[in-house]
Amino acid sequence: MKVHEYQAKALLDRYGIPLPRGKVASTTTAAKEIAAEIGGKVMIKAQVYAGGRGKAGGIKGADNPVDAEKEAGRLIGSRLVTHQTGVAGVPVSRVLVEEASEVSRELYLSLLVDSTSRFPVMMASEAGGMDIEEVAQSAPEKIIRCHIDPAIGFQPFQGRELAYGMSLDGGQVGEATRLMTSLYRLFVDNDCSLAEINPLGVTSEGRLLALDAKLNFDDNALYRHKDLQELQDEEQEEPLEVQAREWGISNYVKMDGDIGCMVNGAGLAMAVSDLIQHCGGRAANFLDIGTLNNTDRVVNAFRMFVADPGVNAVLVNIFGGMARVDVIATGIVEAYRQMDIRFPVVIRLAGTNLKEGQRILADSQLDLIEAADFLDGARKVVEAAKGARR
Amino acid sequence: MSILIDETTRLLVQGITGSEGSFHTQRCVEYGTRVVAGVTPGKGGSQHLGVPVFNSVERAVAEMGANASLVFVPPAFAADGILEAAEAGVPLIVCITEGIPVLDMMKVHRYLQGKSTRLIGPNCPGVISPGKCKAGIMVGDIHLAGNVGVVSRSGTLTYDVVSQLTGLGIGQSTCVGIGGDALPGSTFVDILDLFEADHDTVAVVLIGEIGGVMEQEAADFIRLGMTKPVIAFVAGGTAPPGKRMGHAGAIITGTAGKASEKTKALAQAGATVSSHPAEVGLTTRRVLKTM
Repeated sequence: MKVHEYQAKALLDRYGIPLPRGKVASTTTAAKEIAAEIGGKVMIKAQVYAGGRGKAGGIKGADNPVDAEKEAGRLIGSRLVTHQTGVAGVPVSRVLVEEASEVSRELYLSLLVDSTSRFPVMMASEAGGMDIEEVAQSAPEKIIRCHIDPAIGFQPFQGRELAYGMSLDGGQVGEATRLMTSLYRLFVDNDCSLAEINPLGVTSEGRLLALDAKLNFDDNALYRHKDLQELQDEEQEEPLEVQAREWGISNYVKMDGDIGCMVNGAGLAMAVSDLIQHCGGRAANFLDIGTLNNTDRVVNAFRMFVADPGVNAVLVNIFGGMARVDVIATGIVEAYRQMDIRFPVVIRLAGTNLKEGQRILADSQLDLIEAADFLDGARKVVEAAKGARR
Repeated sequence: MSILIDETTRLLVQGITGSEGSFHTQRCVEYGTRVVAGVTPGKGGSQHLGVPVFNSVERAVAEMGANASLVFVPPAFAADGILEAAEAGVPLIVCITEGIPVLDMMKVHRYLQGKSTRLIGPNCPGVISPGKCKAGIMVGDIHLAGNVGVVSRSGTLTYDVVSQLTGLGIGQSTCVGIGGDALPGSTFVDILDLFEADHDTVAVVLIGEIGGVMEQEAADFIRLGMTKPVIAFVAGGTAPPGKRMGHAGAIITGTAGKASEKTKALAQAGATVSSHPAEVGLTTRRVLKTM
C-alpha cells in the first residue's frame, strides 16, 4: 500500500525525523494561509501516488502567499501526468505547502527488504535527488548498503559507516545515525516494504532535513495496522481496480488490451496474458479468481468485464486444483442469467471436477466457445476479439 | 530417487482441523502419503480423519516420529507455526499459507540460519514426488513418476506445465512449488542444487516469474554448477511495471525484475527457454531427445 508524501512525513515526524515546516491544503485559500503562516518562499507539491512529480510540473515554488494560492489553484483539481502514470494521469486533490529549504547537498537514504539476503538493507548515496535506479546504472559505486540483522536491529556503527560514506562529518554523523535508527524503528513498527528519503537535504547550516519521503507498506501486514489502512486514497487508484476490490476480487490489475481474462492462480494468469500476446492479442486485465469456491465471485468477475468498456472478448482459463471447475461453471451460468453478456466468451477448463463442470455448461446451452487447451484458448479468444471489434 | 519427500516421509499437518487443512490432508492420504500426526493447539488427544492430533509439534514428533510438516496455519500465526516446527527439529517444513507479513518471515529466515531445517514456501502449492508422496495441495493425478524435476514460483501454471509433460509421457521425479512470496524459504538455487545431486533426475523444468532476482541467481548457478539441462519459462512478460500481479513477490520494481531480463539471463546461462507457456512440454521433449 502506498500513501501520500504528507502522510509519510507525518509518520516520519512522529519518529523525530527532521522535516521542513509544512501543511497539506485541499483548497487554494488554505494554501495561501499556510504560506502566510510559514512566511517567505514556499514549495507547492502535488500529492499523488506517482513519482516523477518534479519533471511533470507537480512541484512549484512560490515567493509569497498570493503566488502560493495561484500555484495551488493550478494543481488542485487537475490531473498530473508523470512517467509513472498512464496518459490519463492521476487526480490532484491536495497540495503540500512547505517552506523552501536552502540546501547545500542532496543525499539519498532508503530502507527495504533485500530478497537475496532476506534482511533489511539500508541504502545511502551522495547522489540524492535523482532516481536511484539511474544512480545504480551510471555510478553504482556511489551507493552504499548496510544489511541489518533483524535479531539486533540497526546499530550505530552501521550509521557511522553510511554517514561517513556519504561524506558527512562532525556532528552530522551522529545526527545521521540517529535519523537512520529512527527510520529503522519506523520501518519495523509499521511493517514497511519501503521507506525512502530522497532527497535528504543538508542545509546551509549543516543540518539534515527529509525533503521528500516515500513509504510503502506490506499489504499482508495491514491487518495489524488499522491506522494505516485508513490512509489509503482510492481516488489515486485505477477505478476498475477499486471496483474489483469492492466486489471481493482482490487480485485484479487493469491492463491496456481488449481481452478480459479470468484465471485461477497468479502465475497462470500472467502466463495467459503472455500467451494472448504471443497469439497477437492483448489482455484487458489480470484477474486471479483465487481458490475460494464461491459462485458469486465468478459472477462478479463477469460484472468486471461488463463494467470495462474496453473488453471485446473474454477468456476463462481454469485449472482446478483447490478451485473446483463445477463451481466456476455454475458461476458462469449464473452470470449469464443475471447479465446481458454480449461479448464472446472462450472457456478452457481442466482439473478438479472437470466432468461435472462440463456437464453444467452443456446443460446450460449457452453460446460459449470451448477450448481444448491453454494455447487453443488463447488463439480462439484473439480471433473472437478481432471479430467483435469489427 | 526423488528430492525432499518419498516413501519414507512421515508427514505431520499443522492446522489439520481447519477446513483447508482437513480437505488437503484427506487428499494427501488418498494419494498414499503417510500422514502420521496433526497439530492444533487445544485439540490434542483427539483424532481427526483417523490421524492423532497433538497440542504441539514437539509432541507429534516425539510420539509419531514425524519428519516433515505441512503448514496450513492462518497468516497471522503461520510464522509462529514454522518456528515451532523448526524448534522441534522437523527437517522439512512446507508452508502453504498465503499472506504472511514479510517482517514475520524475515525473523523466520534469521532463526533458520545455520539450522538444518529446510523450509519450502510459504504461499506455495507444496511438494510432490509422483507415486511416492504428496505434501501439498496440487492435484495428484496429473502427475506421472519419472525423471524430470520441476521447480516453480507458481501453483496452477505448474499444474498446466505438469499436465503438458504427463501428456507427452514425460514423468517427474519431484515437483517443488517454492511459492509466490518475495522471501521464499527455498530459492530456485536451493532446489536446483538438490536436483543436480539427485540420481533419478535427468533434467529440470524451471518456471519463474517477474519480480526479484531469483531467476538471475538461478542462471548463475546453472552456468557454474549444473550439468543437467534446464528448461525454463518466465511468466509476466506482459505485466505492467509497479503492479503487484497476485503474488506478493510478482512486482516489477526495477529493470532486473522484468521477464525479459530473467529470460535473457537464463538463456545466456545455457537454459533452454520456452517461448510461451503452452510449449514447455514440447521444449522439454526436444531437450530430452538430444540427450
